[in-house]
Order: sequence, then C-alpha cells, then structure tokens
Amino acid sequence: MKFTLSWLKDHLDTNANIDEISARLTQIGLEVEEIFNPAAALEGFITAKVESCEMHPDSDHLHLLSVNNGKENLQVVCGAPNVKLGTIGIFAPVGVVIPCYGEKLGVGKIRGIESFGMLCSEKELGIGDDHNGIIELPADTPIGIPAAEILNIDPVIEIAITPNRAECLGVRGVARDLAASGLGTLKPLTINKTPASFPCPIKIEVKDFDACPVYTGRYIKGVNNKAETPKWMKDRLSAIGLHSISPLVDVTNYLNYDLARPLHVFDADKLCGNLTIRMAEENEAFTSLEGKEYQLDTQSLGICDEEGVQCLGGVMGGLSKGCSEDTVNVLLESATFKPQCIARTGRKFQIESDSRYRYERWVDPNSNILGSDYATALILEICGGEASEIVVCGEENYKSAPVELRYERVKTLAGIDVSKDEIIRILSALGFNLTDKGEVVEAVSPSWRGDIEFEADLVEEIVRMVGLDNIPAVSLPNDKLPKQTLSDTQSRVVTVKHELALRGMFETVTWSFTDSKLAKPFRKEKEPVLLMNPIASELDEMRPSVLPNLLIGARNNIARGVSGLSLFEVGPEFYGRRPKEQGTVAAGIRYGMTSKKHWLGNERAYDVFDAKADALAAIAAANGPFENAQVTTDAPEYYHPGRSGALRLGKNVLAYFGELHPSVLKAYDIKGRVMAFEVFLDNIPLPRGGAGKSKKKLELSSLQAVDKDLAFVVNKDVPAINIISAAKNADKEHIVDVRIFDVFEGGNLPEGKKSIAIGLTFQPKEKSFTDQELEGLMKKVILEVGKKTDAVLRQ
Amino acid sequence: MENLEELKSQILQNISSATDLKALDDIRVSVLGKKGSITEKMKTLGALPLEEKIATGKALNVLKSAIEAAIDDKKQELETLELNQKLANERIDVTLPIRNEIQGRIHPVSKIYEEVVAIFGQMGFEVAEGPDIEDQFHNFNALNMPANHPARQMQDTFYVANPDSSDFDDSYVVRTHTSGIQIRTMESKKPPIRIIAPGRTYRSDYDATHTPMFHQVEGLVIDKTTNMAHLKGCLYDFVKAFFEIDDIKVRYRPSYFPFTEPSAEMDIGCKKGKGELKIGEGDDWLEILGCGMVHPNVLRAGGIDPDEYQGFAFGVGIDRLAMLKYGIPDLRTFFESDLRWLKHYGFVPLDTSSMTGGLSNNGGLSR
Repeated sequence: MKFTLSWLKDHLDTNANIDEISARLTQIGLEVEEIFNPAAALEGFITAKVESCEMHPDSDHLHLLSVNNGKENLQVVCGAPNVKLGTIGIFAPVGVVIPCYGEKLGVGKIRGIESFGMLCSEKELGIGDDHNGIIELPADTPIGIPAAEILNIDPVIEIAITPNRAECLGVRGVARDLAASGLGTLKPLTINKTPASFPCPIKIEVKDFDACPVYTGRYIKGVNNKAETPKWMKDRLSAIGLHSISPLVDVTNYLNYDLARPLHVFDADKLCGNLTIRMAEENEAFTSLEGKEYQLDTQSLGICDEEGVQCLGGVMGGLSKGCSEDTVNVLLESATFKPQCIARTGRKFQIESDSRYRYERWVDPNSNILGSDYATALILEICGGEASEIVVCGEENYKSAPVELRYERVKTLAGIDVSKDEIIRILSALGFNLTDKGEVVEAVSPSWRGDIEFEADLVEEIVRMVGLDNIPAVSLPNDKLPKQTLSDTQSRVVTVKHELALRGMFETVTWSFTDSKLAKPFRKEKEPVLLMNPIASELDEMRPSVLPNLLIGARNNIARGVSGLSLFEVGPEFYGRRPKEQGTVAAGIRYGMTSKKHWLGNERAYDVFDAKADALAAIAAANGPFENAQVTTDAPEYYHPGRSGALRLGKNVLAYFGELHPSVLKAYDIKGRVMAFEVFLDNIPLPRGGAGKSKKKLELSSLQAVDKDLAFVVNKDVPAINIISAAKNADKEHIVDVRIFDVFEGGNLPEGKKSIAIGLTFQPKEKSFTDQELEGLMKKVILEVGKKTDAVLRQ
Repeated sequence: MENLEELKSQILQNISSATDLKALDDIRVSVLGKKGSITEKMKTLGALPLEEKIATGKALNVLKSAIEAAIDDKKQELETLELNQKLANERIDVTLPIRNEIQGRIHPVSKIYEEVVAIFGQMGFEVAEGPDIEDQFHNFNALNMPANHPARQMQDTFYVANPDSSDFDDSYVVRTHTSGIQIRTMESKKPPIRIIAPGRTYRSDYDATHTPMFHQVEGLVIDKTTNMAHLKGCLYDFVKAFFEIDDIKVRYRPSYFPFTEPSAEMDIGCKKGKGELKIGEGDDWLEILGCGMVHPNVLRAGGIDPDEYQGFAFGVGIDRLAMLKYGIPDLRTFFESDLRWLKHYGFVPLDTSSMTGGLSNNGGLSR
C-alpha cells in the first residue's frame, strides 16, 4: 500500500513530520517498508536569482548569467530556453549531486567560459517530468534558502498491510489509525451529493444476495472521457505507480486507494438490455479486459447483460463493455461482494487485481452509496455529464455483532495496565460503538472492520495503540529443575550426527524432495509420493531414500574435482502419502580416496568395510545392539549384489550398507565406486528406561590371557562370520575374543578354497592353563569350526 | 709401592684414551681379568709377611677400586657417545606433514537446532515433533485458517494427493510451518505446556531469500496465567542467549497471524552496512520472528478451553538464525552439499552446545 504525505494529510490533520509518521505507522502495525522522499536528495540546492542575463559570446542559444545565491554572485552558463533576467530558480552549486544524472557537479567550461553551478529543471531534481526549461519560482521567493523548503515535494510512503487490516488499503483507514494513536485528528469526509436529474434507464436485478448483498448502479450521460485528469490526481496515482489512463479509470483507481472502495464503470452504450447479477452457468464464456478468455463455473459471480457475463463481479471487468476514450454514457457500479466468493473465483481463475485484493479481505459493506456519490462527483467535475438516480439493490445496513471486553482482560492477556478511560478513548477513536457495562464494555465494530470477532481482537486494538514496547518483559517463571528437553529418540539423532562427523564425514542437509526419475531404483514401495504442484520437475517426489540427494551432491562435488568425499544426512524419508508415513534415516556415502597422495602412502580407496563401519558406529551411537546385529547379504537391488549387506535384529532391518550398484550410479553420471549406508533409526530399539543406569560389575582376572593362532582352509562361499561364531561357541567360558587376521585365496590352495587365519584369546579362570588344557581348547575349536563349516586345519 | 703408583697412572692413562667399549673392556680384562696385572699382584699377596700383606693388600684394593671407578666412568661416557651417534643417525625431518586425518563437520542447521534446544531447555521447554506431510486440519483449519482465508493463499503450499480421497479439499499438504505441532501437542497433552517444535517446512518459493524447504522452530506455552509480558520476557531471554549479546536491543511491532491474537513481530537492533550486518549495534532493525497470544479458536481446535487457559506461540526461522549469527550470506547454499561450504560453515564434531558449557566454539579446533 502506497500513498503520499499530502494525500494522507487530506484525511489527517497533523503537525507530525514524515519521520514521526513513519515511526508511528510501524509502531501501530502498519509496517513502513519504504519512504521515498525526493527532498532527501536535494541537500545543498538553494533558491537563486538571475541578476544579469546576456548571450554567450560564442553561442546562439547559451546564456551567460550572473546568479545571486544570497551570499555572492556567480558566473553561470545556462542553456535553458526560458531563462531571463530576474528568474528565480533552483540553483545547484558546485559539489552537489544532480539526482537525475547521479553525478557530482564540477566547475564547467562551456565554449571557453567557466560555469560555477547550474539552474535546474524539475526532471533534473527528480521531482517531475518537465525538462523543457528551468524551474521558475514566484518573484517573491526568498533567495538562498534550501530548495526542499520551497518546492512542493510530496514524499511517498509504502506500508505493508496485514490481511486483517483491509480498511488500511485506503488512505483514510491509515489516517484513522494514526489519529487513534494520538498523532493528529481525522478530518471529516465531505462528499458533495450530485442531484439526480433522471431515473436510471438500465434495470438492475440481483439474483444471488448471498454472494452480492448490495449492488448499486448509477447512469451518467454525456461524459467526456477525453478530458484531462487533474494534475493532483495524476501526480498521486503516478507516485504510487499507477499510470493515468482516462478520467473514468483514474477516478475508480483513485477511490480504490483513497477509501479502499472498489468500483467499476461500464460503457452504458455497449451494454445490451438490463443488468443481472447472477452465478455464471457451467462453462459460460468470459473475456477479461486483459483479453484473456475463461470458462466460468456455477460458483463464479457474473455481472451480466443479455449477451452474457460482462464483468467477473469484484474480480475483473470484461473486455467488450469497458470504457474507451470515446465513451459518452456510463453505468457506475459500487457493490458489496462476499469475500469467500471473490477469493474462490480469483484463486480458481488465477486473476489478481486491486479489486479482488480488497474484496477478499473486507470492503466496508456500508460504503456503496458513499463510494458512488464520491465517484459521481469527481466524474462530473472532470468529464462533465449528468447523473441519474442511484439504483440500490439490497439494503446497505450491515451491523456487526457486539463483542464484549472485560477491562481487566487487557492486563491478564497483554500484561499491561491500561485505564478504563484510555480503553474507551482508543476504541472510540477507531470507530467502535461502545456501551460501558461497568466491568465490561460492549463494542460494535465499525462497518469497515471485518476482523473483530473476539475479546482478544479488542485487546489487540488497545495494545497496538498503547505500544507493544510499553509492555514489560517478564521471564518465564521456573519453579523446578527442567525436564529432559530432548526425548531419547530425539537425543540419539544428535549423537549419531556427531559420531558420523567424528568419523570424518560431512553433514549435509538436502531437500526432502527429489527427482522421481533418479529416485526410482531407491523406492521400497511401488507408489512414489509425488507432489501435485512441484516447484520444478526435478523436485517432484518426496524422497523415498536419502541416498538420491546425497548422490546428486556427490556428482556436483565430483564435477568440481574432489578426489574423495564423505557425506551424510540424517533426515526423513517417505514411504506413503499419509501423515506419519515417514521414517528417520541416517544415510551416508563415501566416494574415491581417503586422501590425496601422501608421503607416508596411507591413502587408500574407500571400500565396503568403511560403509559397514559407519553403519555399525551409527547404530552404536544410537545405543543400538551393534554387537548382536546379524549380518545378512540381502541388501536391496540398488546395492552391488556381491558387495553389500544388511544389519538385522531378526526380521528388523537396522541398516543396509555396501557398494552402490554401478547401473544406479550411471544415472547420476558418477564414474567410480560409491560406498553407502542407511541406518533406519526408528528400527533401533530404545534402551529400556527406568531401571537405573548402573553398569555391570567389572570382573578382572589376575591371570594372564593367552593368544593363539589357527589357520583353516574352507570353501570360498563360507562366510567368515560362521568361522568366528563357531570358534567362539567352542568354549564360551574361556574363549573371550576371536579375530580374523588373514584371508588368502590362490597360491597352492585347491580350486574353490580359501584360507582364513584366526587369532584366539583364551582367558584362564581359576589358575593358569597347563599345556594340555590349552591343547584341549585348541582341539575343541578345530573340531567345532570343522563341524560347522567343513573347515580343515591348514597344514 | 712406587711401581703401584706408576702402574695406576699407566692404567688410568690407557682407560682415558680408550676410544670404544671394546678397547675399554680389553683394558679391564688386562687389569682386572683372571690374568690381569692387578689380579696377578693380588695372587702374590699370600706369600708376603702379615704386616706387608695387610699394607700391600690395602693399597691394591684402593688401586682396584680406583681403576673400576675409572672404567665405569669411561664406560658411561663411551655409551653416551655411542647412543648419541646412533640417535644422530636416526634423525628424521619433523617438518614433514602428519598423517591425513579427516575430521567431518556438523551442518549449521543442526548446530542452531542444538543451540535453540539448549536455551529453551533451560526455560523448561520440551521438544515436540510432527509429520512433514500434514492434513489440512492440522496445517490450516485448526490454526484458524479456513479454506478461503487470505493468509492461506499467501503460503505457497505443496500438495500431496490423498490416497483415500480424490477430492482436492482432502489433499494432504507438505507442512508450510511447524505450527501444526501446536495442535498435535494440545491433542495429546494437558496444560501446562511448554514445547518447541523444530523441523523442516516447505513453501513453493525459490529466490535469493526463499528456498522451497527451510527450517523453523515453533514455540508454545499454555497455562492459566501466561501473558504477553511473559512472551516478551521469554523471547528476550532467548535472543540474548542465542546471539550471546547481553544488551541486545529489541522492538515489537503489531502484526497479524491467523493463529495468534494479539500478534506481533520482533525486530532486533543491528547495523546494516555494505553487504554486512552487525547484530547488537547500530540503529537499524531486522525482523527476526513472529509471535502472539494463542487465538481462542486454536485452543478450542486443540481441545483446550480458552476460558480457562491461555498462552503464547512464536515461530522463528532456523536457517535465518544461522545466517545472522554466523554470517552466512546465501540461504540457497545451505542445501547444495558443496564440500567447501560444509567445511567452512560447518562445525567441528565436539563443538557441542549447552547453557553450562557455552553455545558455540567451545569444542576444540578444526582440522
């Protein structure tokens, strides 16, 4: 919402300056977004008088002047055609910046003669369009005073209007708010009623009073739409960014911004028969004044003549019955439309207009006749003509339901003491009709306020005017030790992130959306969770996995030349379209080398065991059973079939890990191997609470443990884990650790076989082992491993 | 006896000129060994008369001790020499770089989450969560935004088709704010309530200051007496702690949100310079959050009697907080996974946030 200072002062009697007004607007909830004040650029410019004026000796159009700036006379060369002896104008001394050019003025030398400043045109000062000559001020203008004081400069104020304050989409509403806040008084609105000289020749019928409670029409004949819109109106419209089109259009635009009162003007000679306000028929055609064609539906309100819908009521006028410069007879519409109806139609057909913007918020339903009167007076004044009687369909008698305010409620809800008298003063100034009932005041909203329904709404009005900054700030009372802020589920997400970062991975945050084409292989459910209105085709699916976005991130980093990359994200993935059909996943990828070449040569390519280690670390950080998790080799198909696995608790999948399938990577244009893991945090059981956090008692043996090694030869397809578990199970009491320290294939081993060497730690319990006891334990291991895996001791 | 002195000085001379441990040991053997010169003399003692035997024995023992001590000293000297020689040969260039150790980073969004949680935790808040895909009741209607509400149009909402209904009005939405968690909390919990709800939020908007996904933290306090003075106190305590500036300036402007009444926006004092922003100084203002007293319709929608209970709610952008506090210029870069950005703007893993140990930069150096 934009307006100029002079426009505001048409409605508000105030001595406040632009800065005071600006501060107050923001304070009362009409936030100032910008003040455009041309005066600010005119510092240094002063009034000056031409005291001698001769022709430049070397030019037939330049003048050589002596200009009195109030202190001294300066030599100035001037090319303006209207300069003459005695002209008082605006003088730019050397050193100022000319707004129009944005450059500092220096001492000029024009055709051999020095010039110490210049006299300016309106355009050069940025206060108008006139560039035909220099500004000529009245002869009695004092000399040497700042230009900003003499010129009629009208600053433009732009404020943000929240959806509840529709009446402030008109300057008068803004003025009323400022007056209620104590910054001046609201001037009375005086509108001259034009005497009607004939009855309206067009009949108007409203078929749907629910959508259109009041419709008024007035016929004005013999207007001259080629007349010039008055300068003051053009200037104001131009200041708020509206071009002058024709007097009829300018008047409707002006009232839209002056009183927040939308109007429409039909060319009455183009209308065919009488006017009916009705819902459109299904697929009824309408062409807007912008030339766009629409197929309406039965919930769109039309202003219709016998040829169909000529105006989409309250939203936009039609092309064929609008005014042109040749228009002579007009029908002026001023009406009330139901906000919901306007909002639906505007949204359905995606039409934006100043009219829709106001109607869907709130337009004073008791301002139809007033708006029509005001517009009629202005039209007759500018375009001449004669006005008919006004036709009013429906009754202009809106009255809002009373709302009660307990005086003490201001204190109990807003936390500030405001006296009863002040409460009454504020609400009255805002236009409320009040009945004092002792402890309570009953308030009936003015018709221009559609937003007051509850007691809290009235408290807000008081608080706005008193100033939020005057409410004391009181810390929240806390009478006990706060509870745990994060639940165990939330807290472990934090721990997992820090664990993965400690492991050298970089946390990223990517969209919850992804590209459905790239996500396809990662979908666990058949149906993608698609957005109905994605912002871009590559962000059209709620991601079924975190991995696609990590791979996109990897691709972009690889394109920038990274040789190694470790990224992770903890976030949601979606398996259904209903609320809560989502899970929290910690996923990561590792690509390339652990580091660039190093003099110690410890760099290596990331492999499956990095991803497995990451997954186990994340499970451990989430307090999960990482030691008991079973490793199975049934990861989904987007993993490499021979280099991937799952970590499970029975059927429950805690994580997948492995190398990603090369054909999946191809779609991302990634060459080389990528390791990945996904830990499904929701599947990790929470530790049982309540039983205390005491750790198991530490049992320390004074006897030294003994390490022994054994090497086995087994079939290649025997999983190493089987050998480890068999060895552990051989004697659970004494075998405390089993390690694999060598895996070997080929050499002199038979075809299809591999050698696995394990290290065992035996812990004596009562006394140290004898040689026989140790030998017995080793035999048990060899026997058990052989039984479970067909392994034989390597000779 | 004279030749003993002579012998002594001869031996000591030999010891002192020994150049390595082997030569020294040879001397020891030649003097103190089984057939050494002193040992040989000792052997002759038995044949001497008693008195002379005592005197000579004593003298020989003194000599022997002196020689032993000299050998020990020399041995130590030579060993040190030898060790130094060995160590000199082991010299390596310690200016060479260390083994590569890669330390990861925590994303600024996670960091701010932890800071916000730490501060509100201190004030007795708990963290609540809700689904990213929401029904329209929780995202709009229950928050006093019926279907035709203008504010509902202002939020460019992403929709997801409802698998159980083909009616567009039943579509699910990808939540436009975390405010829906207010309702879910009220539905599941009796007052007094103090929660914050951080999370991902989504709107169909993409330019320098808007991304289709961003992060918000919603706050809700409901009891019988909490009023706007508490709202101001709570939020002031928050920004003071968060920006780690004791005398931070704030102001409040009346505003409008469908779910609060009265509603306000909070600005913090700052200095806006060329492409630079300093919080806590200057005379400019920067909008930081929206807040207000919970609207009676919202309490009712959450199953709470507005005649008995009241409270406040607020919402603040997590990404925006990160940009302001840590000087990150462009919102879009948050979500681009650029390793250089993550390394620069990310936080070291041990830089944890607490009110006892500090919110930021107390957790070790970056590598």
